[in-house]
Amino acid sequence: MIITGGLGVAIGQKTIIADIGIEAPAGAVTAIVGPNGSGKSTLFGAISGTLAYSGSARINGHEVARLSPAQASTMRAVLPQAMALAFPFTVREVVQLGISDAEKPRDRAGRVDEALRRVDLTGFAGRYYQELSGGEQQRVQLARVLCQVWEPKVGGQPCSLLLDEPVSSLDIRHQLAIMEVAREFAEAGGCVLVILHDLNLTAMYADLVHVLSRGQLAASGTPSEVLTDELLERVFGCRLKVGSVPPPHVPFVLPQSVRP
Amino acid sequence: MIEASETVARGARIRTDRSHDGDRSGRARAVIAALVAGLLAAGLVGLTSGASDASVARLIADMWSAAPLDEMVHQRDRLIIMDIRLPRVILGMLVGAALAVAGAAMQGLFRNPLADPGLVGVSSGAGLGAVSVIVLGHGALAPLTALLGILALPAAAFAGALATTWMLYRVATRRGRTSVATMLLAGLAFSALAMAMTGMLIFIADDGQLRDFTFWQLGSLAGATWQKIAVAGPVIGLSLAATGIIARGLNRLALGEAAAIHLGTNVQRLKRISIAAVSASVGTAVAASGGIGFVGIIVPHLLRLAIGPDNRYLLPASALLGAGLLVVADAFARTLAEPAELPIGIVTAIAGAPVFLWILLRQRSVVDL
Repeated sequence: MIITGGLGVAIGQKTIIADIGIEAPAGAVTAIVGPNGSGKSTLFGAISGTLAYSGSARINGHEVARLSPAQASTMRAVLPQAMALAFPFTVREVVQLGISDAEKPRDRAGRVDEALRRVDLTGFAGRYYQELSGGEQQRVQLARVLCQVWEPKVGGQPCSLLLDEPVSSLDIRHQLAIMEVAREFAEAGGCVLVILHDLNLTAMYADLVHVLSRGQLAASGTPSEVLTDELLERVFGCRLKVGSVPPPHVPFVLPQSVRP
Repeated sequence: MIEASETVARGARIRTDRSHDGDRSGRARAVIAALVAGLLAAGLVGLTSGASDASVARLIADMWSAAPLDEMVHQRDRLIIMDIRLPRVILGMLVGAALAVAGAAMQGLFRNPLADPGLVGVSSGAGLGAVSVIVLGHGALAPLTALLGILALPAAAFAGALATTWMLYRVATRRGRTSVATMLLAGLAFSALAMAMTGMLIFIADDGQLRDFTFWQLGSLAGATWQKIAVAGPVIGLSLAATGIIARGLNRLALGEAAAIHLGTNVQRLKRISIAAVSASVGTAVAASGGIGFVGIIVPHLLRLAIGPDNRYLLPASALLGAGLLVVADAFARTLAEPAELPIGIVTAIAGAPVFLWILLRQRSVVDL
């Protein structure tokens, strides 16, 4: 459960985001959408504890700025945008970094393999991380993040997944697979806050959408409340029509059309 | 980036044990056990080699028998082995372990396999401290040399190392956050400055001082005494122990600073401990033995090839291999030009540079870092 109020981040003299009040309830997938440079990742930085902020950002009622890194790490895990690794670790070694030493060996056993299975990377444990494609690396990182908050709820308190563009370099099959992982986590009582660029995936998976524009909150609500022609033009500067189908001879594919 | 054949070859090698795919901890433990045995063997080599014919076996045999065959020989052997070779072996182990572990820790901290303790200004600061005492020891710094005697040079080297690192840390830290990138760049500037000042002192030095400084720079374990060990041992020992605390944090840091914080690491504390441990242990090592190059880069590199980059194994393995290698290098330094001694820095550089090149060429095609 994540709640922010009057949240602002300034870097130097420049205000990046201001007065952001959003909510990401437990048991739901909450999406953040907005154009490039609208402050989505900065908002994530504040909520995840890596950027200093003004106002308030709370996870399970705890003010983020007052949590130690160790305390925060038990409540939420963060998937960054694709990243380089400094040394030749194997996939198993990277995923293992997500598991805390405090956990009993009995609880940890098999977790890496199960996490890799969930991101469709079974059999990749022995590969070098650097050998993998960008999309595969992104899924390895997701497996690591899942290992960190393995249970969606701990002691009655929800755990949170913060995902910064988790599907940005994935093919359509894996986009759907990863969003399913996020949805399962939410359905089991966890809290998912995810930055997305794909509005169709947002409409398909998000229970709640917050739209950022130029460092401000432009709209909040369910996908059908938020995704309107008026808002898309105002925020993205693009004259789009929601629900409009192209002429019959032009192919188009929506993720919603996938059959189980 | 990757050549297909290499990829297949490496994949096949790693996948020999399918139930632990990608888990190198078992191999790491085996390598560490082998390194312990290797270190003991290196110690024995160090004790038995040297310009004199003193024999460890004879010394032990004489100790057990009631009356040594030749009391004179026994006393001489005892002196050479217990008071000359043994301290030298132990100091070599301490210095080798300090340099290798400091290298591994710096590489983890800077997230770069080519990082070196010299990056935090230790070497240039220590060099400046040393040359100051050598050149000005009878002039401007006469009170210092009068006060500390033969300890003046190591003390000045240590102070120079620590002072440079501290200034560098202050420059790179703003609002409680240390930028390793700033530290790297500022380190270049500090080194240039320290080297210029060293150059100035060399310019006014006479021939004898010049020779002293050159030999100090090349490094030697010849001055090893039990007193030196009593000073260097605790400092290096504590620093090595401190790296045990930071091993997991350094692993997480490989993912980047933000990811390390997200995983629960106090990154600022991690940086402080690493920098303090590295500057104290390397400052001590350089003060005790002068400039000994390449150990800090070669040892962690070789070990990463063998057991992977997991610092929980890499740091202790580096300590063991660094200690063993330096003792063996010192045995060569003592015997190659018998009865004279080569500076050990020459031995480590001659052996180290080609190995380093070989590693680079071999690794280039696999993982381009």
